[in-house]
Amino acid sequence: MRPGLNLILYFTLGISVLLGKVLEVTTPTLQQVIAAAEPFDTVMVTGDVHTQTPIEIRKPLTLLGKNGAVLDGGGKAEILIIHHDSVVVSGLSFQNAGISFVDDNAALRIEKASHVRVENNRFIDNFFAVYLAQAAQCTIRNNQIIARNLRETNSGNGIHLWYCKDILVENNRISGMRDGIYFEFVMNGKIRNNLSENNLRYGLHFMFSDSCEYTENTFRDNGAGVAVMYTEAVKMHRNVFIDNWGSASYGLLLKEIRDSEITHNIFRGNSVGIYTESSNRVRVTQNDFLGNGWGVKIQSSSLDNEFTANNFIGNSFDIATAGRQNHSRFDGNYWDKYTGYDLDRDGVGDVAFRPVRLFAYVVQQNPPALILMRSLFIDLLDRAERLLPMITPPTLQDNRPLMHRVVHS
Amino acid sequence: MRTTGKIIKYEIRDIARSKFVLFYFVFFLLLTEGLLRFGGGSTKTLISLSNVVLLVIPLMAIIFGAMYLYHSREFTELLLTQPVNRHQLFRGLYLGLAVPLALSYGAGLGLPFLLHGFNAEGDVALLLVMIGSGIFLTFIFTAIAFWISVTYNERVKGLGFSIVLWLFFAVIYDGLVLLVVAWFADYPLEKAVIGFTILNPLDLARILLLLQMDASALMGYTGAVFQRFFGSFWGISIATVALVGWTAIPFWLGLRRFAQKDF
Repeated sequence: MRPGLNLILYFTLGISVLLGKVLEVTTPTLQQVIAAAEPFDTVMVTGDVHTQTPIEIRKPLTLLGKNGAVLDGGGKAEILIIHHDSVVVSGLSFQNAGISFVDDNAALRIEKASHVRVENNRFIDNFFAVYLAQAAQCTIRNNQIIARNLRETNSGNGIHLWYCKDILVENNRISGMRDGIYFEFVMNGKIRNNLSENNLRYGLHFMFSDSCEYTENTFRDNGAGVAVMYTEAVKMHRNVFIDNWGSASYGLLLKEIRDSEITHNIFRGNSVGIYTESSNRVRVTQNDFLGNGWGVKIQSSSLDNEFTANNFIGNSFDIATAGRQNHSRFDGNYWDKYTGYDLDRDGVGDVAFRPVRLFAYVVQQNPPALILMRSLFIDLLDRAERLLPMITPPTLQDNRPLMHRVVHS
Repeated sequence: MRTTGKIIKYEIRDIARSKFVLFYFVFFLLLTEGLLRFGGGSTKTLISLSNVVLLVIPLMAIIFGAMYLYHSREFTELLLTQPVNRHQLFRGLYLGLAVPLALSYGAGLGLPFLLHGFNAEGDVALLLVMIGSGIFLTFIFTAIAFWISVTYNERVKGLGFSIVLWLFFAVIYDGLVLLVVAWFADYPLEKAVIGFTILNPLDLARILLLLQMDASALMGYTGAVFQRFFGSFWGISIATVALVGWTAIPFWLGLRRFAQKDF
């Protein structure tokens, strides 16, 4: 309570004592203020810690935090639940939404509402931070979401969408959650310019979310990188996937992704840049694969994918695959390991390049063989295999390897 | 010790006159300088250098070491007629060759980097590991060369054996390791493989470089095991002890031979 309010309270009490009658005066809770407000009013929340939660909004309102107003869930349950369209929540701090193994407790839940805007808020140490269920045309922008959880089981997702449509997620910074951004059954979402780092599991995780666009996001050092599954018509442009390290960590894991575009992204310093399984007709163009353990791991179940105009530089293995089958195209990329020549000087190498090393295959079969990397013996084996492929897929080759690094347009 | 010092001093002058060490220095200098100038960036240069270092240093040390001792045989015999302790003489001959080789390698690699600088933070550590392991390899393979050449009186036999030994360490040994790994694929071999590495100084040097260069590829389960071992205090201690052992044992074997040898 602020000193000013205290003063008024004491003053009132003083008077009531004088008149020999006790009057109880309480400041209204935030929930009461919201109940009293008319539709399209603005409720200013001032610099107090409000612990009377959960708060529910069932009319179009603007909730504006001032002077570091905090809504505290006390570690029990949810904090703010929006049930109505056209609500704006801005400038508030949310903390301590309760961890639960039964309910997905969220700091801010949008339930069956549309045109809701959540902007410039801070979410600290919540179970789930922002949770949208059956929402549409909402905007989640400029929020900061932080948690310090150590275990996946008692930690929720940063921005969680379930059965939503036309959602814009922009300029948010998320760290320390289970999944930074989680989409399930979302149509036509736009995810722009977010930073998702140091999350326990995935930086971005989506399933069954068709026609979504992911642009200019950074996913860094997440427990398992980014995993996207069972989706079609995804566009991923100008994202950065960086430093996702670990035996089960992927810059970008694609499982059953169809008819999608992955362009102008940077994959740097990941254990695996892109891992793709049963993904069809995905165009991977104009990306940089720099200093990854494996640039691309592609399973034979992936059909008709196209890798072109990418740069593969400084990866320990550029491409790895498990079987002898290959049903994707790899023409027109730049490979720093290419040693061919270009007699007609058109910038395209005259001999094809085979990016799959025999050693990559050997390591997949016998992981301890990894210790032989960069051995002369292994280099000799690789060279022999490149001349006459016996084990690696003979069709997996770049027929038009570029002589110079692609400058992305 | 003073006698050893005198022999070292004489030998350094002799080696300088033979111009081999100078050539060796200029080779590394030009290679590094050229890679830095045209190869683009210190990281790429270091990766290219690592292959050269792991092959050229052992080969040069073992061949030049053996040749040098065969060449200076008459001089050695002359010295032995003087009141010179055989241990001191052998030490002097060994250090007089290994130290200039190691120095010219270190300087040849280091100077261009000092001039051009680094463009990534980890590269300084990588260069230091590369110079350190290169110096160790010089000492190890010079010691092996000395041991071979005091053992075999015939020059051709000694040189042939040196080349075969180099081939064994550089190529054949890794083939055998791969064979073992493939045969026993059903067993957890991570620790055994670390053991194999320690038994080959070239592999040991390669792994030390690998841990600096291919960290992201190594982060799989297997790689993590290697990294945890060689990143820990025990791992570093064991690797260092192994490298010192690889220097000391051939040196001691050669020294014993030399002390008992009937010239």
